[in-house]
Amino acid sequence: MSDRSDEWRADYDEARLRDVPFETMSGVPLDAVHGDAPYPGQYPFTRGLHAAGYRSRLWTMRMFAGFGTAEDTNARFKELLRAGGTGLSTAFDMPTLMGRDSDSPWALGEVGRAGVAVDTLADMEDLFADIDLGGVSTSMTINGPAATLMAMYVAVGEKAGVARADLAGTIQNDILKEYQAQKEYIYPPRPSMRIVTDMVKFTTAEMPKWHPVSISGYHIREAGSTAAQELAFTLANGFAYVEAAIAAGEDINEFGRRLSFFFNSHSDFFEEIGKFRAARRIWARWMKERYGATDERAMMCRFHTQTAGVSLTAQQPEINIARVATQVLAAALGGTQSLHSDSFDEALALPTDKAARIALRTQQLVAHETGVVNVVDPLGGAPFVEWMTDEMERQVEEIFAHLDELGDGSILEGVYAGIDNGYFVGAIADSAYRFEREVNAGRRIIVGVNEFTGGDEETEPNLLRIDHATEEYQRKRLEAVKHDRSQEAVDTTLAAITVAAQDPTVNVMPPIIDAVKAYATEEEIAMAMESVFGTYVETAIV
Amino acid sequence: MPPASSRIVLAKLGLDGHDRGIKVVARMLRDAGMEVIYLGLRQTTDSIVAAVEQEDADAIGLSMHNAGHLTLGPAMLAALDEAGLDVPVIIGGIVPDDDRPILDDAGVAAVLGPGASAEEVVTTVRAAIDFASAGGDETA
Amino acid sequence: MSLRQVPIDQVIERALNGDRRAIGRLLSLVERGGDDAETIETATHVRARDSHVIGITGAPGAGKSTMVARLVAAFSAADRRPAVVAVDPSSPLTGGAILGDRVRMAEVDTTAFIRSVATRGHSGGLALSVPGSARVLAAAGFDPVIIETVGVGQVEVDVTAAADTTVVVVTPGMGDAVQANKAGLLEVADIFVVNKADLPGASDARRDLELMLELSHVTGQEDADHRPPIIMVNSLEGDGIDAVRTAIAEHRDHLVTTDRLQERRRKRARYEMRVRAELAFGAHLQRRLGEPEFAATVDSVAQGDDTPAAAARKLWQPYA
Repeated sequence: MSDRSDEWRADYDEARLRDVPFETMSGVPLDAVHGDAPYPGQYPFTRGLHAAGYRSRLWTMRMFAGFGTAEDTNARFKELLRAGGTGLSTAFDMPTLMGRDSDSPWALGEVGRAGVAVDTLADMEDLFADIDLGGVSTSMTINGPAATLMAMYVAVGEKAGVARADLAGTIQNDILKEYQAQKEYIYPPRPSMRIVTDMVKFTTAEMPKWHPVSISGYHIREAGSTAAQELAFTLANGFAYVEAAIAAGEDINEFGRRLSFFFNSHSDFFEEIGKFRAARRIWARWMKERYGATDERAMMCRFHTQTAGVSLTAQQPEINIARVATQVLAAALGGTQSLHSDSFDEALALPTDKAARIALRTQQLVAHETGVVNVVDPLGGAPFVEWMTDEMERQVEEIFAHLDELGDGSILEGVYAGIDNGYFVGAIADSAYRFEREVNAGRRIIVGVNEFTGGDEETEPNLLRIDHATEEYQRKRLEAVKHDRSQEAVDTTLAAITVAAQDPTVNVMPPIIDAVKAYATEEEIAMAMESVFGTYVETAIV
Repeated sequence: MPPASSRIVLAKLGLDGHDRGIKVVARMLRDAGMEVIYLGLRQTTDSIVAAVEQEDADAIGLSMHNAGHLTLGPAMLAALDEAGLDVPVIIGGIVPDDDRPILDDAGVAAVLGPGASAEEVVTTVRAAIDFASAGGDETA
Repeated sequence: MSLRQVPIDQVIERALNGDRRAIGRLLSLVERGGDDAETIETATHVRARDSHVIGITGAPGAGKSTMVARLVAAFSAADRRPAVVAVDPSSPLTGGAILGDRVRMAEVDTTAFIRSVATRGHSGGLALSVPGSARVLAAAGFDPVIIETVGVGQVEVDVTAAADTTVVVVTPGMGDAVQANKAGLLEVADIFVVNKADLPGASDARRDLELMLELSHVTGQEDADHRPPIIMVNSLEGDGIDAVRTAIAEHRDHLVTTDRLQERRRKRARYEMRVRAELAFGAHLQRRLGEPEFAATVDSVAQGDDTPAAAARKLWQPYA
């Protein structure tokens, strides 16, 4: 036996395995791993981050929830936890994502619609009421105002007696992809990066179980990129955060462990699997070879995955259940750490309880019935899968070379330049249009859309409706909170944020935590920083 | 006299940042020979009215993916009405069937759902422009 | 009621009184050309003479729109009423266009007037319509009128060069200055802007321009009394914008005090007259070629008995 095989065996024997039979449904016993070195858990981690893979721990089935008021979402959280979900994932409404309060003129018609509305700490207290923050891991999908929401989570935890060091979770906080794809930014790129870096520093020092950035390709893909572009842009953004943190004097082995990723699982089965495997390999190599990480944990590309919302069709929505199932399977075979599966009705509206439950059940089916979790990286060594993985890596390295050149030897500067000159938005828009034209021309078949359309005349399924009353309720709630708080405390803490923003050597997190505790609103905090940082206007490449 | 190209203003009204669809539609209409005045993200009813006036647009396309259409759609129509502009408004995005009559009543000329083909998009926009200009307009 | 049903005289009257819808409508009619365009020209030509027309051009990606947006804001802040005609290319295949300049001008003062113009494939039309559009805006009280074009096609360059003051925008690090020289922009520039001056290579770009100006000075510039200033600008931050505005004002003063303004306007007059005559004459010759008296000549060229040059002379000589 080779050394690497012995090493793998030793690691595997150390892992605590789930108490289930690792055999086929007919009773055939299965080896944990097949194929050649490097084995799962071994650098560069193409075959997975852990020796025992899903034998020791299944992926986290993390379902995204958020709509209406904080109380509505709180009820949904509790329902998901009861149904066997193991992590909470929060969607915020558009005004919250953009740093606007529910009483802003910009918020009209959008309060509580696509996620939960959070204006002040009071809403965050409602959102997590009666949930043990020391016992769950929470993911918050927010970017522009991420620092404020993280501060609120810290404050809610402390009020409930949970120390910030015990809070586990992830905040998306991936501002770079906002300029490239999702467009939910507030300030220009450079000051935004300063805030991200402050959050990395703060969590490295005080919140060891927290992932301060979830570097997200999901939205890049949803905006229309190819699989390779999704991977390349995402990892390049990751390198940009790494370069920024190194420049700020942080230790790559410390903060590197706390970075996590978020990818899309789309419909092309093997391309997606190759993408996931390549992601781990490329990240590990670059972290070690280019950035000098020495701790293997800082080279590991941990990722959450979500099935491709953009692949869901409004036509014959029920067949989306099958679409999601294949995407879930690709994510599992690609070795994701955590997964959200979309509900079949999401092309029409926010998911109903029933549709969300079916989506969760789909993951449970793949995990417990298909047997794909019994062998680690079951496709590893298959010629086509290895070729696809190599091909993804090749395309990605080409894009890195371009960004490196744009940035004159710095990926961070290359990413700034690519944002400024429209490279990212242009490349994504080109890919989106190419795909659309292929569908139009009938060269790509989307079942139920441009082929096999029989049965399309059925009426829509029951949809979740957000009551108009939500907006009114949320405004009244905000008014009441503003009435009850100490204006003096608000003014003082907001002024402290502005002062901190002016000095790049000062971390903005502590003054933001003070301000949320004084019940300053999200928009007030955003404005306090905007007065220093300015705002960003897109440089549209259509 | 050379034929006049149709001019359409495309915009995202409100905070929603999903712009994949509107960018694809912009290219579809360009490739059908139209002039697309692209306003991009975070527009207000005022900024759209100003653009329609200054650009003498034949139509307005709004993209909405955030369930804000019931509020923002009628708000757009009201703003146009107030400015004395009778330009057809086409809404693209996720609009449940039940909401369509409400938008029709508000005066929205057409709704394009997700997955609409290039042909549908172009035909719908042309039809909306032709219908609007059919009221004795010499440029029809 | 749609302005499309209102008689042209009334639309003109409203436009001259500042009605924005009417101005927008007139601009469409000017772009379409024909009788209405001529009616509009008659009504606006004299009234347009007091506005300062500024041409701004440069390579794609030079950040012109962002700079123009800043400049418009600066003029508005100085109590001027700026308008912009932003020209972008049409698709040569379909004739359609995506005009995205307003995105970058999103934050300009709402009193400014911005019009997006597509080249529509026929360059002659652009050469006619852009000066015509500038006239409409000037007659409606806008001052200055800024014409923004991508400095790649000859017509775009000519249109910009026919302004009172022409600003050429370059960026560091892409050989922009050299490209501008090749495109013939160097001779027409009254002011140079090195945009994105925070980028590495900005001082190199400046030096390139200075060098080329030295050389062209030797070979003789159009306006020997005016040496084009080179202004470093960072449009994203707004640095240098006031310097551009000041340079534009100084150039205008220079034109007025040295009587160069009339020279410029004569240049524009010659340009517009030539373009119109060319278009009209071209159409006329095309018609003549189809007439029976030329059939034999056309045949003899096609059969190789006569040369194209000799045959062409028969066509144009009567007018020479």
